[in-house]
Amino acid sequence: MRPVYRNLIGLAGFFLIWEGVGRVGLVDPTSLPPPSEVAGTLVGLLGQESFIRDVIATMLAWLIALGISIAVAVPAGLLLGSLPWLRSSTRVLIEFLRPIPPVALIPLIILTIGSGPDAKITLAFYASVWPILFNIIYALDDIDPLLLDTARSFGNSRARVLATVALPHVAPFAYTGLRLSAAIALIVTVSTEYLAGSQIGVGAFIIDEYIAIGGMDEVLAGTVVIGFVGYLVNEGLERAGNRMFRWSDTTRAEALT
Amino acid sequence: MSTMLEVRGLAHRYGAGPDAHVAVEDLAFTVAKDELACIVGPSGCGKSTLLRCIAGLIKPSAGEVSLHGDRVVGVPDDLAVVFQDYSRSLFPWLSVRGNVEFPLRTRVGSRAERRARAQEALGWVGLSDAANKYPWQLSGGMQQRVSIARALATRPALLLMDEPFASVDAQTRADLEDLLLRVRRDHGSTVLLVTHDIDESVYLGDRVLVLSKSPASIVADLKVDLPADRDQISTRGSSTFVELRTEIARLLHDRQPAPAEPAPAAASASSSDELAAERFLAAEREEAHQKTAT
Repeated sequence: MRPVYRNLIGLAGFFLIWEGVGRVGLVDPTSLPPPSEVAGTLVGLLGQESFIRDVIATMLAWLIALGISIAVAVPAGLLLGSLPWLRSSTRVLIEFLRPIPPVALIPLIILTIGSGPDAKITLAFYASVWPILFNIIYALDDIDPLLLDTARSFGNSRARVLATVALPHVAPFAYTGLRLSAAIALIVTVSTEYLAGSQIGVGAFIIDEYIAIGGMDEVLAGTVVIGFVGYLVNEGLERAGNRMFRWSDTTRAEALT
Repeated sequence: MSTMLEVRGLAHRYGAGPDAHVAVEDLAFTVAKDELACIVGPSGCGKSTLLRCIAGLIKPSAGEVSLHGDRVVGVPDDLAVVFQDYSRSLFPWLSVRGNVEFPLRTRVGSRAERRARAQEALGWVGLSDAANKYPWQLSGGMQQRVSIARALATRPALLLMDEPFASVDAQTRADLEDLLLRVRRDHGSTVLLVTHDIDESVYLGDRVLVLSKSPASIVADLKVDLPADRDQISTRGSSTFVELRTEIARLLHDRQPAPAEPAPAAASASSSDELAAERFLAAEREEAHQKTAT
């Protein structure tokens, strides 16, 4: 059996159990509608312009946040990773900021930025900058000195060694960071829409449906859409990564499984 | 014959003050153009430090190194190094061709010319067909051939080799030794090769420089009186070869400092030099064997 089908067995099993618990009456179908019903609602939603607009708004905020994360984390990671004095002087600040859950900042963000798209982009950026940043810093620490010596022994300057050895070495690690960041940014984007009372976005749709009509099938349909988007993003990034970094130990080990 | 490499009064210490570790002390020797000189010494005697000083990777504490008469400051342009650990010195993100072209990027302007020279160097080591492969797709011996090709592609005035064959199995090692002899005969390279293996130093070298235990200094400078055409079986069996390797083993053994603790019974019972040399050789072979086994 091809791995694709084998992977789908788990998903199919999950839907079967979900369907089953509703049918035998283990849970109230109004609080947990069966997947067959949710699927029907979902198809209906995909035909609604307002819902599609919500999905686009969420994806756009997510993409912008991720773009800013990359734009900040890559140069910052390279600087912090190659300048030990800069790193030690910012260590305490970074270690203080990093563990703060982004959603804990929502009140602060609502007060300062409001609850529009800026808010979710800011928070998603804040949450997703760390994996890329730290992966780059650690990857720079991790370069084999012999590789650097080899480049130096061919008469390359420090700057050239950084460009021709450090950058390619760091790339797969930064990419793994990006994959983590992409998932985190999506979670935080939707959560912020949900918690900060955004006007538009899948998170806003979910909470509005729940408050207004208590329609659990709409709520679940929205959740399924986000889950599916997250799956596609991760799968796409993983495949692209395996193609780009075939030489890397980490991706090769993953590709074999 | 003109002098390619001259090392004068070279010393290097790590650290400063009373805790400083003196790795190399007052070393002096020359290597003539087109010569293959081997430096043999016990493990940890400072061979690698010496090589790094010559390559300009570290600045010696004292003394100077000249390459074809020019004093070495920083990394010289026309020098190439082959390290022991091929798996760590090849760039994993570059193909075999990319690796061989790497040092040419700063040396050869034309892309086509770089490619041609890389292909030529790969031909010398018998890897013409592997140009598009990646290092991880090759065996250890093939990877080391790639790093030899990469070094040769720059057409270095001096090729430095730091225990280049110490991490491959015995058969591959013999093949690589013969490959080095052939390439060097065909292309007239000047090579300085560092090894801890006495047999290898005699088999490969025109000259063998014997180093003492740390801090390294030169104990003997021996000419290898073997024909230029060598082969693994008859050369290693010849009386000249056996005499020379016994002499080197004895030199290395005599220079060992007296053990701080009482030696094991078997060692203390040894009275004759001959016996001690034999034992050293056995230990040497054992070490080589263990290296290949891991």
